Amino acid sequence: MKVARSEVVITHTLLLIATAIAVFPFLSIVISSLRGSDSSGSLTFANYAEAWTRGGFGSALASSALVTTAVVAVTVAVACLAGYAMAHMRVPGVKIMLGAMLLGLVLPYEVTVLPLYQMLADWNLIDTYLALILPQIGLSVPLGVFWMRAFFASVPKELLEAARMDGASRFIIFRSVLMPIAGPAIATLVTILFLFTWNEFLLALILVPQNEAVQTAPLALSFFSGAARASDPNITAAAAVLVALPIVSAYVVLQRRLISGITEGAVK
Amino acid sequence: MTVSRAEAKRPEASSKRRRQGSSRYSWSSLFYVAPALAFFIVFVIVPIVQSVRISFYRWDGITAATPVGFSNYVEVFTNPAMREALSHSLVLLFFYAALPVVIGLFLAGLMSRIRIYGLTWFRALLFLPQILSSVVVAVSWRDILAIDGPLNETLRAVGLGSITRAWLGDFGTALPAIGGIGTWVEYGLCMLLFLSGIASIDRSLYEAARLDGAGPIREFVSITLPSLRPQISIALILTITFALRNFDLIWNTTQGGPGTSTAVPSVYIYQDAFQNRLLGEASALAVVLTVLTLVIVGIVQLALRESPDRAPRSTPEPAQAPGKEERNS
Repeated sequence: MKVARSEVVITHTLLLIATAIAVFPFLSIVISSLRGSDSSGSLTFANYAEAWTRGGFGSALASSALVTTAVVAVTVAVACLAGYAMAHMRVPGVKIMLGAMLLGLVLPYEVTVLPLYQMLADWNLIDTYLALILPQIGLSVPLGVFWMRAFFASVPKELLEAARMDGASRFIIFRSVLMPIAGPAIATLVTILFLFTWNEFLLALILVPQNEAVQTAPLALSFFSGAARASDPNITAAAAVLVALPIVSAYVVLQRRLISGITEGAVK
Repeated sequence: MTVSRAEAKRPEASSKRRRQGSSRYSWSSLFYVAPALAFFIVFVIVPIVQSVRISFYRWDGITAATPVGFSNYVEVFTNPAMREALSHSLVLLFFYAALPVVIGLFLAGLMSRIRIYGLTWFRALLFLPQILSSVVVAVSWRDILAIDGPLNETLRAVGLGSITRAWLGDFGTALPAIGGIGTWVEYGLCMLLFLSGIASIDRSLYEAARLDGAGPIREFVSITLPSLRPQISIALILTITFALRNFDLIWNTTQGGPGTSTAVPSVYIYQDAFQNRLLGEASALAVVLTVLTLVIVGIVQLALRESPDRAPRSTPEPAQAPGKEERNS
Protein backbone atom coordinates (compact mmCIF):
# COMPACT_ATOMS: atom_id res chain seq x y z
CA MET A 1 0.00 0.00 0.00
CA LYS A 2 2.37 2.71 -1.13
CA VAL A 3 0.82 6.13 -1.48
CA ALA A 4 2.59 9.38 -2.28
CA ARG A 5 3.44 11.53 0.72
CA SER A 6 1.73 14.52 -0.92
CA GLU A 7 -1.55 12.58 -1.01
CA VAL A 8 -1.34 11.90 2.73
CA VAL A 9 -0.87 15.62 3.38
CA ILE A 10 -3.65 16.72 1.02
CA THR A 11 -6.18 14.25 2.44
CA HIS A 12 -5.44 15.30 6.02
CA THR A 13 -5.71 18.97 5.07
CA LEU A 14 -9.11 18.48 3.44
CA LEU A 15 -10.24 16.47 6.43
CA LEU A 16 -9.14 19.24 8.78
CA ILE A 17 -11.10 21.80 6.75
CA ALA A 18 -14.23 19.60 6.73
CA THR A 19 -13.91 19.13 10.49
CA ALA A 20 -13.36 22.83 11.15
CA ILE A 21 -16.52 23.65 9.20
CA ALA A 22 -18.47 21.00 11.14
CA VAL A 23 -17.36 22.41 14.48
CA PHE A 24 -17.36 26.14 13.75
CA PRO A 25 -21.06 27.05 14.27
CA PHE A 26 -21.24 25.50 17.74
CA LEU A 27 -17.85 26.93 18.66
CA SER A 28 -18.96 30.38 17.54
CA ILE A 29 -22.03 30.41 19.81
CA VAL A 30 -19.91 29.16 22.73
CA ILE A 31 -17.52 32.08 22.12
CA SER A 32 -20.23 34.71 21.74
CA SER A 33 -22.03 33.37 24.84
CA LEU A 34 -18.92 34.19 26.87
CA ARG A 35 -18.53 37.67 25.42
CA GLY A 36 -19.42 40.62 27.66
CA SER A 37 -21.82 43.35 26.54
CA ASP A 38 -19.01 45.93 26.57
CA SER A 39 -16.31 45.51 23.96
CA SER A 40 -13.48 45.02 26.45
CA GLY A 41 -13.01 41.47 25.23
CA SER A 42 -13.09 39.95 28.72
CA LEU A 43 -14.93 36.67 29.21
CA THR A 44 -17.98 36.42 31.43
CA PHE A 45 -20.70 34.00 32.51
CA ALA A 46 -23.21 36.82 32.97
CA ASN A 47 -25.01 35.90 29.76
CA TYR A 48 -25.73 32.44 31.16
CA ALA A 49 -27.18 33.83 34.35
CA GLU A 50 -29.30 36.23 32.35
CA ALA A 51 -30.57 33.55 29.94
CA TRP A 52 -31.20 31.09 32.78
CA THR A 53 -33.46 33.46 34.73
CA ARG A 54 -35.16 35.23 31.82
CA GLY A 55 -35.79 32.15 29.67
CA GLY A 56 -36.81 29.73 32.42
CA PHE A 57 -34.32 27.16 31.21
CA GLY A 58 -34.10 25.42 34.58
CA SER A 59 -37.69 24.29 34.22
CA ALA A 60 -37.29 23.62 30.50
CA LEU A 61 -34.30 21.34 31.01
CA ALA A 62 -36.15 19.49 33.78
CA SER A 63 -39.15 19.00 31.48
CA SER A 64 -36.91 17.69 28.72
CA ALA A 65 -35.24 15.28 31.13
CA LEU A 66 -38.59 13.96 32.38
CA VAL A 67 -40.15 13.57 28.92
CA THR A 68 -37.01 11.98 27.46
CA THR A 69 -36.61 9.52 30.32
CA ALA A 70 -40.24 8.41 30.12
CA VAL A 71 -40.24 8.04 26.33
CA VAL A 72 -36.95 6.12 26.24
CA ALA A 73 -37.83 3.82 29.18
CA VAL A 74 -41.26 2.82 27.88
CA THR A 75 -40.11 2.50 24.26
CA VAL A 76 -37.20 0.24 25.20
CA ALA A 77 -39.41 -1.95 27.41
CA VAL A 78 -42.14 -2.52 24.81
CA ALA A 79 -39.58 -2.82 21.99
CA CYS A 80 -37.68 -5.57 23.86
CA LEU A 81 -40.85 -7.61 24.34
CA ALA A 82 -42.02 -7.15 20.75
CA GLY A 83 -38.55 -7.64 19.28
CA TYR A 84 -38.13 -10.91 21.19
CA ALA A 85 -41.48 -12.25 19.98
CA MET A 86 -40.85 -11.21 16.38
CA ALA A 87 -37.40 -12.81 16.37
CA HIS A 88 -38.21 -16.10 18.09
CA MET A 89 -41.96 -16.77 17.93
CA ARG A 90 -44.39 -17.27 15.10
CA VAL A 91 -46.36 -14.07 15.51
CA PRO A 92 -49.56 -13.98 13.43
CA GLY A 93 -49.53 -11.07 10.99
CA VAL A 94 -45.89 -10.27 11.68
CA LYS A 95 -45.23 -9.32 8.06
CA ILE A 96 -47.98 -6.70 8.04
CA MET A 97 -46.75 -5.31 11.37
CA LEU A 98 -43.18 -5.01 10.14
CA GLY A 99 -44.31 -3.47 6.86
CA ALA A 100 -46.35 -0.83 8.67
CA MET A 101 -43.46 -0.08 11.01
CA LEU A 102 -41.08 0.26 8.06
CA LEU A 103 -43.40 2.97 6.75
CA GLY A 104 -43.31 4.49 10.23
CA LEU A 105 -39.53 4.79 9.98
CA VAL A 106 -39.54 7.06 6.91
CA LEU A 107 -42.87 8.81 7.48
CA PRO A 108 -42.87 12.61 7.65
CA TYR A 109 -44.73 12.89 10.94
CA GLU A 110 -46.28 16.17 9.81
CA VAL A 111 -49.03 13.85 8.57
CA THR A 112 -49.84 12.80 12.16
CA VAL A 113 -49.70 16.10 14.04
CA LEU A 114 -53.14 17.54 13.31
CA PRO A 115 -55.14 14.41 14.27
CA LEU A 116 -52.80 13.92 17.24
CA TYR A 117 -53.62 17.40 18.46
CA GLN A 118 -57.36 16.77 18.12
CA MET A 119 -57.17 13.38 19.81
CA LEU A 120 -55.16 14.70 22.76
CA ALA A 121 -57.47 17.71 23.01
CA ASP A 122 -60.42 15.29 23.27
CA TRP A 123 -58.60 13.55 26.11
CA ASN A 124 -57.86 16.92 27.78
CA LEU A 125 -54.13 16.26 27.60
CA ILE A 126 -52.94 19.29 25.60
CA ASP A 127 -50.31 21.24 27.58
CA THR A 128 -49.46 18.25 29.78
CA TYR A 129 -46.41 15.98 29.93
CA LEU A 130 -48.46 13.07 28.64
CA ALA A 131 -49.20 14.97 25.42
CA LEU A 132 -45.48 14.91 24.72
CA ILE A 133 -44.71 11.46 26.08
CA LEU A 134 -47.41 9.23 24.56
CA PRO A 135 -47.09 10.21 20.88
CA GLN A 136 -43.29 10.10 21.00
CA ILE A 137 -43.42 6.53 22.30
CA GLY A 138 -45.61 5.65 19.32
CA LEU A 139 -43.22 7.34 16.91
CA SER A 140 -40.15 5.68 18.50
CA VAL A 141 -41.60 2.17 18.54
CA PRO A 142 -40.69 1.26 14.91
CA LEU A 143 -37.00 2.04 15.41
CA GLY A 144 -36.96 0.25 18.77
CA VAL A 145 -38.69 -2.86 17.48
CA PHE A 146 -36.47 -3.20 14.41
CA TRP A 147 -33.39 -2.66 16.55
CA MET A 148 -34.24 -5.23 19.23
CA ARG A 149 -35.59 -7.75 16.72
CA ALA A 150 -32.30 -7.58 14.82
CA PHE A 151 -30.37 -8.11 18.05
CA PHE A 152 -32.48 -11.02 19.35
CA ALA A 153 -32.39 -12.70 15.93
CA SER A 154 -28.58 -12.58 16.08
CA VAL A 155 -28.47 -14.61 19.31
CA PRO A 156 -27.39 -18.22 18.52
CA LYS A 157 -30.41 -20.55 18.49
CA GLU A 158 -28.43 -23.11 20.54
CA LEU A 159 -28.52 -20.79 23.52
CA LEU A 160 -32.32 -20.69 23.51
CA GLU A 161 -32.63 -24.41 22.79
CA ALA A 162 -30.42 -25.24 25.75
CA ALA A 163 -32.59 -23.15 28.06
CA ARG A 164 -35.73 -24.73 26.62
CA MET A 165 -34.29 -28.19 27.28
CA ASP A 166 -33.86 -27.16 30.89
CA GLY A 167 -37.58 -26.48 30.97
CA ALA A 168 -37.45 -22.69 30.92
CA SER A 169 -40.64 -20.96 29.78
CA ARG A 170 -40.57 -18.36 27.03
CA PHE A 171 -40.70 -15.51 29.49
CA ILE A 172 -37.96 -17.00 31.66
CA ILE A 173 -35.77 -17.36 28.55
CA PHE A 174 -36.44 -13.71 27.76
CA ARG A 175 -35.72 -12.51 31.27
CA SER A 176 -32.85 -14.77 32.32
CA VAL A 177 -31.11 -15.67 29.06
CA LEU A 178 -31.66 -12.85 26.58
CA MET A 179 -31.97 -9.68 28.66
CA PRO A 180 -28.64 -10.20 30.50
CA ILE A 181 -26.75 -10.27 27.18
CA ALA A 182 -28.78 -7.47 25.55
CA GLY A 183 -27.00 -4.70 27.49
CA PRO A 184 -24.86 -3.25 24.68
CA ALA A 185 -27.69 -3.36 22.12
CA ILE A 186 -30.06 -1.64 24.56
CA ALA A 187 -27.43 0.95 25.50
CA THR A 188 -27.01 1.99 21.87
CA LEU A 189 -30.78 2.12 21.35
CA VAL A 190 -31.16 4.25 24.49
CA THR A 191 -28.50 6.66 23.21
CA ILE A 192 -30.19 7.09 19.82
CA LEU A 193 -33.69 7.49 21.27
CA PHE A 194 -32.41 9.91 23.90
CA LEU A 195 -30.92 12.09 21.16
CA PHE A 196 -34.05 12.09 18.98
CA THR A 197 -36.44 12.72 21.85
CA TRP A 198 -34.37 15.43 23.50
CA ASN A 199 -34.17 17.36 20.21
CA GLU A 200 -37.82 16.96 19.16
CA PHE A 201 -39.34 20.33 18.27
CA LEU A 202 -42.49 20.18 16.12
CA LEU A 203 -44.50 17.97 18.50
CA ALA A 204 -43.60 20.19 21.44
CA LEU A 205 -44.60 23.31 19.50
CA ILE A 206 -48.00 21.84 18.70
CA LEU A 207 -48.87 19.79 21.77
CA VAL A 208 -47.73 22.04 24.66
CA PRO A 209 -48.07 25.52 23.16
CA GLN A 210 -49.38 27.45 26.18
CA ASN A 211 -48.02 25.85 29.34
CA GLU A 212 -44.53 27.14 30.10
CA ALA A 213 -44.14 24.67 32.96
CA VAL A 214 -44.03 21.64 30.63
CA GLN A 215 -42.21 23.20 27.67
CA THR A 216 -39.06 21.35 26.64
CA ALA A 217 -35.65 22.94 26.19
CA PRO A 218 -35.69 23.27 22.36
CA LEU A 219 -39.15 24.83 22.46
CA ALA A 220 -38.14 27.25 25.22
CA LEU A 221 -35.08 28.19 23.18
CA SER A 222 -37.19 28.77 20.09
CA PHE A 223 -39.55 31.12 21.95
CA PHE A 224 -36.68 32.83 23.77
CA SER A 225 -34.62 33.41 20.64
CA GLY A 226 -37.69 34.65 18.78
CA ALA A 227 -38.55 37.12 21.52
CA ALA A 228 -34.95 38.14 22.09
CA ARG A 229 -34.03 38.40 18.42
CA ALA A 230 -33.80 42.16 18.56
CA SER A 231 -31.93 42.13 21.87
CA ASP A 232 -28.51 40.79 22.81
CA PRO A 233 -27.44 37.88 20.58
CA ASN A 234 -24.84 36.88 23.19
CA ILE A 235 -27.62 36.00 25.64
CA THR A 236 -29.43 33.98 22.97
CA ALA A 237 -26.14 32.20 22.29
CA ALA A 238 -25.79 31.39 25.99
CA ALA A 239 -29.34 29.97 25.98
CA ALA A 240 -28.51 27.80 22.95
CA VAL A 241 -25.40 26.46 24.67
CA LEU A 242 -27.47 25.66 27.78
CA VAL A 243 -29.92 23.64 25.67
CA ALA A 244 -27.14 21.82 23.80
CA LEU A 245 -25.00 21.17 26.88
CA PRO A 246 -26.69 17.97 28.18
CA ILE A 247 -26.56 16.42 24.72
CA VAL A 248 -23.00 17.50 24.05
CA SER A 249 -21.74 16.20 27.41
CA ALA A 250 -23.54 12.89 26.93
CA TYR A 251 -22.03 12.76 23.45
CA VAL A 252 -18.50 13.17 24.79
CA VAL A 253 -19.00 9.98 26.80
CA LEU A 254 -21.09 8.00 24.33
CA GLN A 255 -19.86 9.14 20.91
CA ARG A 256 -18.22 5.85 19.94
CA ARG A 257 -21.36 3.87 20.69
CA LEU A 258 -23.63 6.40 19.03
CA ILE A 259 -21.66 6.74 15.79
CA SER A 260 -21.14 3.03 15.27
CA GLY A 261 -24.76 2.45 16.25
CA ILE A 262 -26.13 4.85 13.67
CA THR A 263 -23.67 4.17 10.84
CA GLU A 264 -23.74 0.38 11.14
CA GLY A 265 -27.25 -0.10 12.55
CA ALA A 266 -28.88 1.96 9.83
CA VAL A 267 -27.69 -0.42 7.14
CA LYS A 268 -29.19 -3.42 8.93
CA MET B 1 -24.47 -31.07 24.52
CA THR B 2 -23.64 -32.40 21.06
CA VAL B 3 -26.71 -34.63 21.11
CA SER B 4 -29.08 -31.87 22.07
CA ARG B 5 -27.62 -29.59 19.44
CA ALA B 6 -28.15 -32.21 16.75
CA GLU B 7 -31.71 -32.74 17.89
CA ALA B 8 -32.29 -29.03 17.96
CA LYS B 9 -31.29 -28.79 14.35
CA ARG B 10 -33.89 -31.24 13.07
CA PRO B 11 -37.07 -29.69 14.45
CA GLU B 12 -35.71 -26.40 13.16
CA ALA B 13 -35.59 -27.72 9.62
CA SER B 14 -39.08 -29.19 9.75
CA SER B 15 -40.53 -26.04 11.27
CA LYS B 16 -39.12 -24.13 8.35
CA ARG B 17 -41.00 -26.41 5.99
CA ARG B 18 -44.17 -25.95 7.98
CA ARG B 19 -43.85 -22.20 7.73
CA GLN B 20 -44.25 -22.42 3.99
CA GLY B 21 -47.39 -24.54 4.22
CA SER B 22 -50.33 -23.84 6.49
CA SER B 23 -48.84 -22.03 9.43
CA ARG B 24 -49.03 -22.85 13.11
CA TYR B 25 -49.03 -19.49 14.76
CA SER B 26 -48.27 -18.84 18.37
CA TRP B 27 -51.27 -16.75 19.34
CA SER B 28 -49.91 -16.12 22.82
CA SER B 29 -46.95 -14.32 21.22
CA LEU B 30 -49.37 -11.47 20.61
CA PHE B 31 -49.14 -10.64 24.32
CA TYR B 32 -45.49 -9.74 23.79
CA VAL B 33 -46.22 -7.65 20.70
CA ALA B 34 -49.38 -5.97 21.97
CA PRO B 35 -47.93 -3.06 24.03
CA ALA B 36 -45.62 -1.85 21.24
CA LEU B 37 -48.33 -2.36 18.66
CA ALA B 38 -50.89 -0.46 20.73
CA PHE B 39 -48.67 2.64 20.98
CA PHE B 40 -47.88 2.45 17.28
CA ILE B 41 -51.49 2.03 16.16
CA VAL B 42 -53.03 4.65 18.46
CA PHE B 43 -50.40 7.37 17.96
CA VAL B 44 -49.23 6.74 14.38
CA ILE B 45 -51.63 4.63 12.32
CA VAL B 46 -54.90 6.14 13.58
CA PRO B 47 -53.69 9.73 13.04
CA ILE B 48 -52.59 8.86 9.48
CA VAL B 49 -56.00 7.39 8.67
CA GLN B 50 -57.63 10.48 10.21
CA SER B 51 -55.45 12.78 8.10
CA VAL B 52 -56.55 10.98 4.95
CA ARG B 53 -60.19 11.28 6.04
CA ILE B 54 -59.97 15.00 6.92
CA SER B 55 -58.29 15.69 3.58
CA PHE B 56 -61.63 15.04 1.83
CA TYR B 57 -63.49 17.70 3.85
CA ARG B 58 -63.61 21.43 4.16
CA TRP B 59 -63.31 22.04 7.88
CA ASP B 60 -62.27 24.82 10.27
CA GLY B 61 -62.05 22.43 13.23
CA ILE B 62 -65.02 24.04 14.99
CA THR B 63 -68.14 24.02 12.83
CA ALA B 64 -69.39 20.97 10.92
CA ALA B 65 -67.15 19.62 8.17
CA THR B 66 -68.38 19.61 4.54
CA PRO B 67 -67.30 16.77 2.25
CA VAL B 68 -65.58 18.25 -0.81
CA GLY B 69 -64.22 15.20 -2.65
CA PHE B 70 -60.78 15.70 -4.12
CA SER B 71 -60.91 19.49 -4.25
CA ASN B 72 -58.29 19.89 -1.48
CA TYR B 73 -55.93 17.78 -3.58
CA VAL B 74 -56.70 19.82 -6.69
CA GLU B 75 -55.88 22.88 -4.59
CA VAL B 76 -52.50 21.42 -3.58
CA PHE B 77 -51.48 20.89 -7.19
CA THR B 78 -52.93 24.06 -8.72
CA ASN B 79 -52.41 26.71 -6.03
CA PRO B 80 -49.24 28.59 -7.08
CA ALA B 81 -48.08 28.95 -3.46
CA MET B 82 -48.27 25.18 -2.89
CA ARG B 83 -46.49 24.44 -6.14
CA GLU B 84 -43.82 26.93 -5.21
CA ALA B 85 -43.43 25.19 -1.84
CA LEU B 86 -43.04 21.80 -3.52
CA SER B 87 -40.43 23.24 -5.88
CA HIS B 88 -38.54 24.61 -2.86
CA SER B 89 -38.49 21.06 -1.48
CA LEU B 90 -36.88 19.83 -4.68
CA VAL B 91 -34.20 22.54 -4.43
CA LEU B 92 -33.59 21.48 -0.84
CA LEU B 93 -33.25 17.84 -1.94
CA PHE B 94 -30.17 18.90 -3.87
CA PHE B 95 -28.66 20.66 -0.85
CA TYR B 96 -29.75 18.19 1.83
CA ALA B 97 -29.27 14.90 -0.01
CA ALA B 98 -27.27 15.11 -3.25
CA LEU B 99 -24.55 17.47 -2.08
CA PRO B 100 -23.80 15.75 1.26
CA VAL B 101 -23.64 12.34 -0.43
CA VAL B 102 -21.21 13.64 -3.06
CA ILE B 103 -19.04 15.39 -0.45
CA GLY B 104 -19.18 12.33 1.79
CA LEU B 105 -18.15 10.02 -1.05
CA PHE B 106 -15.31 12.31 -2.05
CA LEU B 107 -13.87 12.53 1.47
CA ALA B 108 -14.42 8.87 2.29
CA GLY B 109 -12.86 7.89 -1.04
CA LEU B 110 -9.74 9.90 -0.23
CA MET B 111 -9.60 8.44 3.27
CA SER B 112 -9.91 4.87 2.01
CA ARG B 113 -6.45 5.12 0.46
CA ILE B 114 -4.33 6.01 3.45
CA ARG B 115 -4.00 5.59 7.19
CA ILE B 116 -5.70 8.55 8.89
CA TYR B 117 -4.05 10.00 11.97
CA GLY B 118 -6.50 10.94 14.73
CA LEU B 119 -9.41 9.19 13.04
CA THR B 120 -11.40 8.93 16.30
CA TRP B 121 -11.22 12.68 16.78
CA PHE B 122 -12.21 13.43 13.21
CA ARG B 123 -15.16 11.04 13.49
CA ALA B 124 -16.42 12.52 16.74
CA LEU B 125 -16.15 16.13 15.55
CA LEU B 126 -17.62 15.52 12.10
CA PHE B 127 -20.68 13.92 13.67
CA LEU B 128 -21.34 16.94 15.93
CA PRO B 129 -23.90 18.66 13.60
CA GLN B 130 -26.10 15.55 13.88
CA ILE B 131 -26.48 15.66 17.64
CA LEU B 132 -27.41 19.33 18.03
CA SER B 133 -31.07 20.30 18.28
CA SER B 134 -32.24 22.00 15.09
CA VAL B 135 -33.17 25.03 17.20
CA VAL B 136 -29.57 25.31 18.40
CA VAL B 137 -28.38 24.88 14.82
CA ALA B 138 -30.77 27.63 13.71
CA VAL B 139 -29.59 30.03 16.43
CA SER B 140 -25.92 29.55 15.58
CA TRP B 141 -26.37 29.85 11.82
CA ARG B 142 -28.55 32.94 12.19
CA ASP B 143 -25.55 34.51 13.91
CA ILE B 144 -23.10 33.36 11.26
CA LEU B 145 -25.23 34.54 8.34
CA ALA B 146 -26.34 37.81 9.97
CA ILE B 147 -25.53 41.17 8.38
CA ASP B 148 -22.62 41.73 10.80
CA GLY B 149 -21.89 38.02 11.31
CA PRO B 150 -18.64 36.09 10.83
CA LEU B 151 -19.39 35.20 7.19
CA ASN B 152 -19.78 38.81 6.09
CA GLU B 153 -16.77 39.85 8.21
CA THR B 154 -14.69 37.25 6.40
CA LEU B 155 -15.96 38.38 3.01
CA ARG B 156 -15.11 41.97 3.80
CA ALA B 157 -11.65 40.95 4.99
CA VAL B 158 -10.88 39.27 1.67
CA GLY B 159 -12.21 42.19 -0.37
CA LEU B 160 -15.62 40.77 -1.23
CA GLY B 161 -17.48 43.41 0.76
CA SER B 162 -19.76 44.12 -2.19
CA ILE B 163 -21.57 40.78 -1.95
CA THR B 164 -22.23 40.88 1.80
CA ARG B 165 -25.88 40.85 2.82
CA ALA B 166 -28.29 39.39 5.39
CA TRP B 167 -28.13 35.96 3.80
CA LEU B 168 -31.31 34.64 5.39
CA GLY B 169 -33.23 37.87 4.80
CA ASP B 170 -32.55 38.26 1.10
CA PHE B 171 -35.12 36.92 -1.40
CA GLY B 172 -32.38 35.62 -3.68
CA THR B 173 -30.18 33.90 -1.09
CA ALA B 174 -32.49 32.72 1.72
CA LEU B 175 -33.33 29.34 0.17
CA PRO B 176 -29.75 28.41 -0.81
CA ALA B 177 -28.59 29.65 2.62
CA ILE B 178 -30.99 27.23 4.32
CA GLY B 179 -29.84 24.60 1.86
CA GLY B 180 -26.27 25.25 2.93
CA ILE B 181 -27.21 24.70 6.57
CA GLY B 182 -28.78 21.38 5.54
CA THR B 183 -25.61 20.37 3.70
CA TRP B 184 -23.65 21.21 6.84
CA VAL B 185 -25.95 19.06 9.00
CA GLU B 186 -25.69 16.02 6.72
CA TYR B 187 -22.24 15.71 5.15
CA GLY B 188 -20.50 14.38 8.24
CA LEU B 189 -23.14 11.69 8.68
CA CYS B 190 -22.81 10.63 5.03
CA MET B 191 -19.03 10.52 5.25
CA LEU B 192 -19.08 8.38 8.41
CA LEU B 193 -21.64 6.00 6.88
CA PHE B 194 -19.36 5.53 3.86
CA LEU B 195 -16.26 5.16 6.04
CA SER B 196 -17.86 2.35 8.02
CA GLY B 197 -18.76 0.70 4.71
CA ILE B 198 -15.23 1.08 3.40
CA ALA B 199 -13.84 -0.49 6.57
CA SER B 200 -15.57 -3.74 5.64
CA ILE B 201 -14.16 -3.88 2.09
CA ASP B 202 -11.53 -6.57 1.62
CA ARG B 203 -8.18 -4.75 1.49
CA SER B 204 -6.78 -7.29 -0.95
CA LEU B 205 -9.14 -5.91 -3.61
CA TYR B 206 -7.26 -2.62 -3.43
CA GLU B 207 -3.88 -4.36 -3.46
CA ALA B 208 -4.90 -6.32 -6.56
CA ALA B 209 -6.19 -3.19 -8.30
CA ARG B 210 -2.92 -1.39 -7.60
CA LEU B 211 -0.90 -4.30 -8.90
CA ASP B 212 -2.96 -4.02 -12.08
CA GLY B 213 -1.92 -0.37 -12.26
CA ALA B 214 -5.30 1.15 -11.42
CA GLY B 215 -5.18 4.83 -10.49
CA PRO B 216 -7.10 6.39 -7.58
CA ILE B 217 -10.14 7.24 -9.71
CA ARG B 218 -10.33 3.79 -11.27
CA GLU B 219 -9.94 2.26 -7.80
CA PHE B 220 -12.78 4.40 -6.45
CA VAL B 221 -15.17 3.68 -9.35
CA SER B 222 -14.57 -0.05 -9.61
CA ILE B 223 -14.07 -1.07 -5.97
CA THR B 224 -15.19 1.56 -3.47
CA LEU B 225 -18.42 2.77 -5.12
CA PRO B 226 -19.97 -0.64 -5.86
CA SER B 227 -19.20 -1.88 -2.35
CA LEU B 228 -20.89 1.16 -0.79
CA ARG B 229 -24.25 0.49 -2.42
CA PRO B 230 -26.10 -0.25 0.87
CA GLN B 231 -24.53 2.77 2.59
CA ILE B 232 -25.37 5.11 -0.29
CA SER B 233 -28.92 3.85 -0.25
CA ILE B 234 -29.33 4.42 3.48
CA ALA B 235 -27.60 7.82 3.31
CA LEU B 236 -30.03 8.94 0.60
CA ILE B 237 -33.04 7.67 2.54
CA LEU B 238 -31.96 9.46 5.74
CA THR B 239 -31.12 12.73 3.97
CA ILE B 240 -34.16 12.74 1.67
CA THR B 241 -36.64 12.19 4.51
CA PHE B 242 -34.87 14.93 6.48
CA ALA B 243 -35.06 17.29 3.47
CA LEU B 244 -38.76 16.71 2.87
CA ARG B 245 -39.92 17.20 6.46
CA ASN B 246 -37.50 19.95 7.48
CA PHE B 247 -39.94 22.04 9.51
CA ASP B 248 -37.74 22.81 12.52
CA LEU B 249 -34.82 24.42 10.73
CA ILE B 250 -36.93 26.66 8.50
CA TRP B 251 -39.33 27.63 11.28
CA ASN B 252 -36.44 28.74 13.49
CA THR B 253 -34.49 30.59 10.81
CA THR B 254 -36.88 32.28 8.36
CA GLN B 255 -40.40 30.99 9.14
CA GLY B 256 -40.77 30.58 5.35
CA GLY B 257 -39.75 34.14 4.55
CA PRO B 258 -38.83 36.61 3.34
CA GLY B 259 -42.17 36.63 1.53
CA THR B 260 -42.66 32.98 0.66
CA SER B 261 -39.12 32.47 -0.61
CA THR B 262 -38.32 29.63 1.81
CA ALA B 263 -41.84 28.24 2.37
CA VAL B 264 -41.97 24.45 2.17
CA PRO B 265 -44.96 22.07 2.53
CA SER B 266 -44.38 21.41 6.24
CA VAL B 267 -44.56 25.15 7.00
CA TYR B 268 -47.91 25.40 5.18
CA ILE B 269 -49.16 22.26 6.94
CA TYR B 270 -48.44 23.88 10.30
CA GLN B 271 -49.86 27.27 9.35
CA ASP B 272 -53.00 25.91 7.66
CA ALA B 273 -53.72 23.47 10.48
CA PHE B 274 -52.96 25.65 13.49
CA GLN B 275 -53.14 29.27 12.37
CA ASN B 276 -55.40 29.57 9.30
CA ARG B 277 -57.84 26.82 10.35
CA LEU B 278 -57.87 25.20 6.90
CA LEU B 279 -57.77 21.65 8.25
CA GLY B 280 -58.77 19.90 5.04
CA GLU B 281 -56.11 21.59 2.95
CA ALA B 282 -53.43 21.03 5.59
CA SER B 283 -54.29 17.32 5.67
CA ALA B 284 -54.30 16.97 1.88
CA LEU B 285 -50.87 18.60 1.73
CA ALA B 286 -49.61 16.31 4.51
CA VAL B 287 -50.87 13.25 2.64
CA VAL B 288 -49.22 14.43 -0.59
CA LEU B 289 -45.95 15.03 1.28
CA THR B 290 -46.12 11.53 2.78
CA VAL B 291 -46.80 9.86 -0.57
CA LEU B 292 -44.03 11.90 -2.19
CA THR B 293 -41.58 10.80 0.52
CA LEU B 294 -42.53 7.14 0.21
CA VAL B 295 -42.30 7.24 -3.61
CA ILE B 296 -38.86 8.89 -3.61
CA VAL B 297 -37.56 6.52 -0.93
CA GLY B 298 -38.99 3.59 -2.90
CA ILE B 299 -37.27 4.73 -6.08
CA VAL B 300 -33.93 5.08 -4.27
CA GLN B 301 -34.25 1.60 -2.81
CA LEU B 302 -35.14 0.07 -6.17
CA ALA B 303 -32.33 1.89 -7.97
CA LEU B 304 -29.70 0.90 -5.41
CA ARG B 305 -30.88 -2.57 -4.38
CA GLU B 306 -28.27 -5.29 -4.28
CA SER B 307 -28.29 -7.03 -7.66
CA PRO B 308 -28.33 -10.83 -7.14
CA ASP B 309 -25.38 -11.40 -9.50
CA ARG B 310 -22.98 -8.62 -8.53
CA ALA B 311 -22.20 -8.30 -12.22
CA PRO B 312 -19.65 -5.71 -13.34
CA ARG B 313 -22.23 -3.89 -15.43
CA SER B 314 -24.02 -2.83 -12.26
CA THR B 315 -21.06 -0.76 -11.09
CA PRO B 316 -21.89 2.57 -12.77
CA GLU B 317 -25.33 2.76 -11.17
CA PRO B 318 -24.46 4.05 -7.70
CA ALA B 319 -22.28 6.69 -9.29
CA GLN B 320 -25.28 8.02 -11.13
CA ALA B 321 -27.80 7.93 -8.34
CA PRO B 322 -26.77 11.15 -6.56
CA GLY B 323 -26.50 12.82 -9.95
CA LYS B 324 -30.10 11.87 -10.74
CA GLU B 325 -31.26 13.80 -7.71
CA GLU B 326 -29.35 16.81 -8.94
CA ARG B 327 -31.11 16.80 -12.27
CA ASN B 328 -34.52 16.53 -10.66
CA SER B 329 -33.93 19.60 -8.56
